[in-house]
Amino acid sequence: MTDAYIFDAVRTPRGKGKKDGSLHEVTPIHLLANLFWALQDRNRLDTSQVDDVVLGCVTPVGEQGADVARVAVLYAGWDQSVAGVTQSRFCASGLESVNIAAMKVMSGQEDLVVAGGVESMSRWPMGSDGGAWAMDPRVNDKLAFVPQGISADLVASLEGFSRRDVDSFAAESQRRAAAAKAANRFSKSIIPVKDINGLVVLDHDETVRGDTTTDSLSSLKPSFEMMGQMGFDATALRKYTTVEKIDHVHHAGNSSGIVDGAALMLIGSKEKGASLGLKPRARIRQVAVTGSEPTIMLTGIGPASKKALRKAGMSAKDIDLFEINEAFAAVVMRAARDLDITMDKINVNGGAIAMGHPLGATGCIILGTALDELERTGKSTALASLCVGAGMGIATIIERV
Amino acid sequence: MSAVTFTVDADGIATISLDLPGRPMNVINEHLMQPLVDAIAKVQSDASIKGAILTSGKKDFIAGADIDNLFLVTDPKIAFEMAEALKAQLRKIELGGKPFVAAMNGTALGGGLEIALSCHCRIAIDDPKAKIGLPEVKLGLLPGGGGTQRLPRLIGIQASAPLILEGRELSPAAAKQQGIIHDLAKDKDELLAKAKAWCLANPKPVQPWDDKKFKFPGGDSRHPGTVQMLAIAPSMANAKTQGNYPAARNILSSIYEGGIVDFDTGCRIESRYFAELAVSQVSKNMIGTLWFQLNGINKGKSRPAGIEKQKTQKLGILGAGMMGAGIAYVSAKVGMQVVLLDTTQEAADRGKSYSTGLLDKDVKKGKLLPADKEAVLARIQATTKFEDLAGCDLVIEAVFEDRGIKADVTKKTQAVLGADVVFASNTSTLPITGLAKAHTKAENFIGLHFFSPVDKMPLVEIIMGEKTSPATLAKGFDYVQQIRKTPIVVNDSRGFYTSRVFGTYIMEGLALLAEGVHPRSIEVAGLQAGMPVGPLALNDEVSLSLALHVLEQTRKDYAAEGKVLEPRPGDSVIEKMVKVLDRPGKKAGHGFYEYPAEGTKGEKTLWKGLAEHWPHAKDQPAQQELIDRMMFVQALDAARCFEERVTTTVADTNIGSIFGWGFAPHQGGALQFINAYGPNKFVARAEQLAARYGARFAPPKSLVEMAKAGRTFVD
Repeated sequence: MTDAYIFDAVRTPRGKGKKDGSLHEVTPIHLLANLFWALQDRNRLDTSQVDDVVLGCVTPVGEQGADVARVAVLYAGWDQSVAGVTQSRFCASGLESVNIAAMKVMSGQEDLVVAGGVESMSRWPMGSDGGAWAMDPRVNDKLAFVPQGISADLVASLEGFSRRDVDSFAAESQRRAAAAKAANRFSKSIIPVKDINGLVVLDHDETVRGDTTTDSLSSLKPSFEMMGQMGFDATALRKYTTVEKIDHVHHAGNSSGIVDGAALMLIGSKEKGASLGLKPRARIRQVAVTGSEPTIMLTGIGPASKKALRKAGMSAKDIDLFEINEAFAAVVMRAARDLDITMDKINVNGGAIAMGHPLGATGCIILGTALDELERTGKSTALASLCVGAGMGIATIIERV
Repeated sequence: MSAVTFTVDADGIATISLDLPGRPMNVINEHLMQPLVDAIAKVQSDASIKGAILTSGKKDFIAGADIDNLFLVTDPKIAFEMAEALKAQLRKIELGGKPFVAAMNGTALGGGLEIALSCHCRIAIDDPKAKIGLPEVKLGLLPGGGGTQRLPRLIGIQASAPLILEGRELSPAAAKQQGIIHDLAKDKDELLAKAKAWCLANPKPVQPWDDKKFKFPGGDSRHPGTVQMLAIAPSMANAKTQGNYPAARNILSSIYEGGIVDFDTGCRIESRYFAELAVSQVSKNMIGTLWFQLNGINKGKSRPAGIEKQKTQKLGILGAGMMGAGIAYVSAKVGMQVVLLDTTQEAADRGKSYSTGLLDKDVKKGKLLPADKEAVLARIQATTKFEDLAGCDLVIEAVFEDRGIKADVTKKTQAVLGADVVFASNTSTLPITGLAKAHTKAENFIGLHFFSPVDKMPLVEIIMGEKTSPATLAKGFDYVQQIRKTPIVVNDSRGFYTSRVFGTYIMEGLALLAEGVHPRSIEVAGLQAGMPVGPLALNDEVSLSLALHVLEQTRKDYAAEGKVLEPRPGDSVIEKMVKVLDRPGKKAGHGFYEYPAEGTKGEKTLWKGLAEHWPHAKDQPAQQELIDRMMFVQALDAARCFEERVTTTVADTNIGSIFGWGFAPHQGGALQFINAYGPNKFVARAEQLAARYGARFAPPKSLVEMAKAGRTFVD
């Protein structure tokens, strides 16, 4: 089997995903084009050597619909021989792109692939693509559909995480992100978003609030209490019969931020890289996906990570750094318990609670963040993992070379 | 005689008047449909006819589809074709190019409303007692005549979904407000005049959904607002039904998919969902019990024949507590004179004021005129004097459950009225034969077991003592029907039928707790089984101290007979809860649950201490195991009652279980549960449960034999 290597990783800064966010004025195609140009420039890349582009997009409608990967390739002016495919594994789509690209290379079918994702959540809000899961009543019924926030609150209730526990986790995420930002730890990957005149629209992650404290979060109202009381709590509790009541602890301040953003990663075989003068930064050791109970939905990180570790012949102790997507505070706290790891190894530079979660891109972003941090600290192995809608999990293990 | 009278007036307006021979109401069957189809064809083909008014020659418009035919259908293809055939006719009404007006002179339900919806205009007589709605869901069905397609297109998906899902019945005025009908008329003359005027003014009407520019009011199923509603609709429905009613699921699907496709495709989709429900076990259970068996009871199947129907004119009630006060209310409400007696005038007045409270609520809601309230109250005489019972033709005692007190009031009543007036006891626990000994003519003594709260509960359990005469039964039966409740007739036995079997449900819950099953899992299983309340909450409601009292009394009674009461696994839980832990139930604020102090907000929560006294077992059973235990224990005891002839008809046993203690309606009652499960399969599972959990799950002999013979419970 061929080994798959990461040669480069770039991302946009993340802009607040509302109409007053800086990237609201930028089309998703343009977010991507900036990155394609950067990847091309930074690597002096002959784009005709790229076999395929795999992009994640969770809400592939409107201007990010209709296979945005192929459209972005052409719009960015890359060679027309480069194919493009868009896929969705919900919140894991960005990492799924990486895993697909890696597997393409490992299988020997392709030699050089771009992986990544995009999401303009301000222009094409979550859920605008519908889906049988929520909107078709008999599907919804059979799957015992509840929104993710209800699932996150259920995780907290089951694990006994109090409001203060999740708020202090969130405050720490903000503190770490602010420190990392101040120390320019993301500068290796962030490509400022520029308009058609070359004027900078945004060059930093927009939603980081370093002054956040557990106390300042304590006044925020729970986001999912009302919809829970309308019926979703009852659906969740019908499955979790030993939980008497769902404690609604999550809110805007301890859940992942809604943001706009995109990311790309260049992945290929050692030989292909050598022939193009690309320097391998890390080897993709193992990828894994799992499915688990869909109503609690967000508990897939443990099983997916364990599956990847087992297949790689490793244990959690062999991993120097974990990047676990902060979909909700309780999700990461539960994952830490499942994997028996301590917080000093997880999301050392903050996560999506502080910087946001542009659905289709996040997985690719956090793997890039892990790689940068491994290089900065001289460490060796990292595992990136996300919880995924409808009860899935995904994990990717990399090792520096 | 045809069910349709067809006339055409000088202006070319036809009147199609429906009057199904031999039936009190118009129902949709082939005897109604064939002449109606002919009439529709005639309107469309005769050029001199300009339009048609569809009305009824009976008091009501159309009560719905004839269930008899549908109940026999077991092939979904036939059910599908039935629905399609009806819809094809309704399309002819709306696409024929001539105006059709539904002149709804009374109740229009189910298929009756669906026919009206296919007319271009609907006008109804403004009678607050007339009902308009699509109640099919109550029998486990959906409106298969286009109701799930036309109503959402008429008033919007969000407005129509709850009406169809809950089978809500509206008054004509409310239906007009919702946009379901176009106009109201004060009487039939005005109704027909308005209908005719509409026909003349609208010679070429088009239904909204047949207009090329049609848009769903409030948006179709793609609209973000609708999507949001659809996402939570199953959760909201299941919060009430636990997913036990496939009709709710199919109604939602029919509405949702109908909001994606065109009208005709939507109609076909509806027929497919209808067909699945029509042949489903749940609809067969519900129709069999809640339609056929209930109708049989209400027609007097258990009433002795050959005894003339008697109306109770003046009712004496002994004891003005909760039960006596409720009995006074329901009796005075239907026009009886009531003497409400208690030991002090204050207590008697307090009993009467219960009626005042309920009537005031009705006046406030506009359901009752203040004068009518006064009339009802004037019929209730609150007193302490037994002499005031003079002239009563029925007396019901609802005094404390104590043999001595009951004997005393029986004798005092007899002293005033003599021995020929029927005397009824509202005991829920004491055998009637024993109580009747206080009466000189035991044949005139009967049990009338009411349920609390009397004004809400639809059932009365009539208990025959050993000597109770058929005439006395007839008197009691007629009285129960007079107060518009459903009577079941049972023979004397400890706990009679309902209290006895109901108790098994609670006791199984306690047994599970004693085994270390998580209390919330127990409660959820009860709800999932289709019971209205979990067993622990229910035990809190009826009070644990009462349960302990009954237990100790039963032990004493057994001892007196030289027998020993077999201990049940839940007994120790009751004893510990009351005697050791001082948690006697809801009234005290502490039982299995902790209740918020009176007047304060908040919900009851399971008492945290339960885990300490009944620690959770390491391995928790699957929910289905809990559900099976709670359902089997009830069904088995009901089968034992039937074997012991405590109950004597399948209908009484089934209806008594649903109306008496809320046995899962979707199962069609305690015996129908066995039929639906399959008697052989049921016996096998019961034996398995008996081996695992004890003899209470052992199937009675008669049931084993019935299963072997391949029979089911039928009357």
